[in-house]
Amino acid sequence: MAEITLIEAVTQAMAYEMRRDPSVIVLGEDVGVNGGVFRATAGLHAQFGSERVLDTPLDETTIAGLAVGMAFQGMKPIAESQFDGFIYPMMDHIICHAARMRSRTRGRLHCPMVLRAPCGGGIRAPEHHSEAPEALFAHIPGLRVVIPSSPARAYGLLLAAIRDPDPVIFFEPKRIYRQYKEEVPDDGEALPLDVCFVLRDGHDVTLVTWGAHVKETLEAAEQLAERGVSAEVIDLATIKPIDFDTIRESVKKTGRCVIVHEAARTAGIGAEIAAQLAEKSMFDLVAPVERVTGYDVPIPLFRLEMKYLPSVERIIAAVDRTLAYR
Amino acid sequence: MKSWLDVAADVRRSVTLKKSRRSIYTRAGAWHDAPSIGQEAASVGSIATLRPEDLIIHHHRGHAIHTIAKGANLTTMMAEFLGKEPGYCRGRGGSMHIADIPGGNLGATGVVGGGIPTAVGIALALQMRRSDRILLSYFGDGATNEGEFHESLNMASTWKLPVVFLCDNNQYGMSMNVSKVMNIAHISERAASYGIPGQSVDGNDVLAVYEAVLAADERARSGQGPSLIDLMSYRWRGHSKSDRNLYRTPQEIDEWKHKCPIRRFKQVLVDGGVMTRDEVEDIDQAAKTAIDRAAEEALTFPEPSPENMEAEVYAP
Ligand SMILES: Cc1ncc(C[n+]2csc(CCOP(=O)(O)OP(=O)(O)O)c2C)c(N)n1
Ligand SMILES: [Mg+2]
Repeated sequence: MAEITLIEAVTQAMAYEMRRDPSVIVLGEDVGVNGGVFRATAGLHAQFGSERVLDTPLDETTIAGLAVGMAFQGMKPIAESQFDGFIYPMMDHIICHAARMRSRTRGRLHCPMVLRAPCGGGIRAPEHHSEAPEALFAHIPGLRVVIPSSPARAYGLLLAAIRDPDPVIFFEPKRIYRQYKEEVPDDGEALPLDVCFVLRDGHDVTLVTWGAHVKETLEAAEQLAERGVSAEVIDLATIKPIDFDTIRESVKKTGRCVIVHEAARTAGIGAEIAAQLAEKSMFDLVAPVERVTGYDVPIPLFRLEMKYLPSVERIIAAVDRTLAYR
Repeated sequence: MKSWLDVAADVRRSVTLKKSRRSIYTRAGAWHDAPSIGQEAASVGSIATLRPEDLIIHHHRGHAIHTIAKGANLTTMMAEFLGKEPGYCRGRGGSMHIADIPGGNLGATGVVGGGIPTAVGIALALQMRRSDRILLSYFGDGATNEGEFHESLNMASTWKLPVVFLCDNNQYGMSMNVSKVMNIAHISERAASYGIPGQSVDGNDVLAVYEAVLAADERARSGQGPSLIDLMSYRWRGHSKSDRNLYRTPQEIDEWKHKCPIRRFKQVLVDGGVMTRDEVEDIDQAAKTAIDRAAEEALTFPEPSPENMEAEVYAP
């Protein structure tokens, strides 16, 4: 079996599900012959033709709106936003219609669509090409939000997202699109959409992260291990709903929690996790919860970008602050 | 009306533009370079119609062509492209969001179509203040499929705002040929829906662009409202660095290279006896030197410091 990258796993999942389910349709700007800006839809047009891989005019608002309409008719559209920063005009239809239709009609109409978008910084691209807007969507009742961090998890989670009967916002961390390869069996096995992944066991501190920053967080855990500090690493993966049980179990063991995300700090997902810890795990904690995040600024251009993104050093410094409490 | 010589002076800038697509982006590690080679006449010919106090608002492919044509300092511009502190936006805007506010260049935007509603708002403010300044609003052919293009033209027309809508039509929105995403032959036909004049012009003919835009400027300035001008040209290079041109043929690209707007205008100048061939080529050489010097100097400039990363998000 060939090893594939995260972006190839995304393609593989879409192709699998398109073969299995004729109601799955891919649509967006340049997704056809061009195979998408990052090449996530490469080869799909050749395999499935123009009716199932739809090149749309340049019009995010209506791409989102028409995916909603197709989904209301029982189709399973997978719409693409070329970059994270161009998803904002789509939010109108996603928030006002996709997310609410099930509850508005008491289940008579629902919206089985996926909105895929590359996310995050680290590729030396300007603003709208480097954003991490997951918290904006996680705030909306009725939406699921998913961010994979490895080829295998990208495959399994995207399959689950396509099969899910409700709208799923699927963010793909572009910085790690081609970071490494691994074997991903094309077996159509989906992963659950409400369970996070414990990537490393530990007993001194719990590190919670997702997407591209899983790499830096694992590296920090490795360096901490050399100093005799045992860090548990959790890949959140499903940003909404959050599998809080797993985080709570871990914190019961470690007493410390550091949350790492690249989105701006204020009202980021880290704040939600910290709030839940305060509500439910207060007496398990021996140290204040730490957050290592982007700053409250638009992500800066390439010269300052790596200073903005959480680094291994910043993660270790935060862990050290929690270790000062005994 | 400007004389031929004034326009010839503007072509100096046009020639300068071409040389700015060197590999300094790559050398400096910058990511984005949306090249506009082949489309110079549209921006130079239209901006040449403006009075110095007039304004422009442009797009992701305008970082060099519109910016230089509006009179930017080359070194400050290069510094911005390279993300350096002395750049026009102190290295925070980059090529895609460069703005030269004192120069009346209110900025490029990385959001396709995103500048059009803002342009209408600016024009409304100009009208409310009884200003006689006007604004040129630039966008690509792809952008005219965004809803905000239509909404903006409708409002600007209804209120007779002092704005001219200029489509930098290079026939593709990334991989998408314009003919596959609209059921009309010319983008200018869209003007009819909003009751404003619409015109498609050879965007590689700097003088034709100049004349069409000047007439639209006068209409806007005299309170008669906006116009839509479709400046038809072609993008020689890929959409950006990663473009593999899967959607068009090398022959098509070659054909358009033969329609080079700069070479064409040089010929007009020589044939019309405005300049000698040597003078024209001297401009070319001077432009190359100026751009090289600007780039070299900008490379030595300091980088922005992480210390003040959070500064200027809000008023101090
Ligand atoms: C709102 C938005 N959607 C998508 C993109 C990605 N994108 C950048 S340029 C481009 C094509 C734009 O076509 P056009 O308006 O014709 O301008 P051109 O690039 O041809 O100059 C696309 C899809 C974007 N920058 N902004
Ligand atoms: Mg175009």
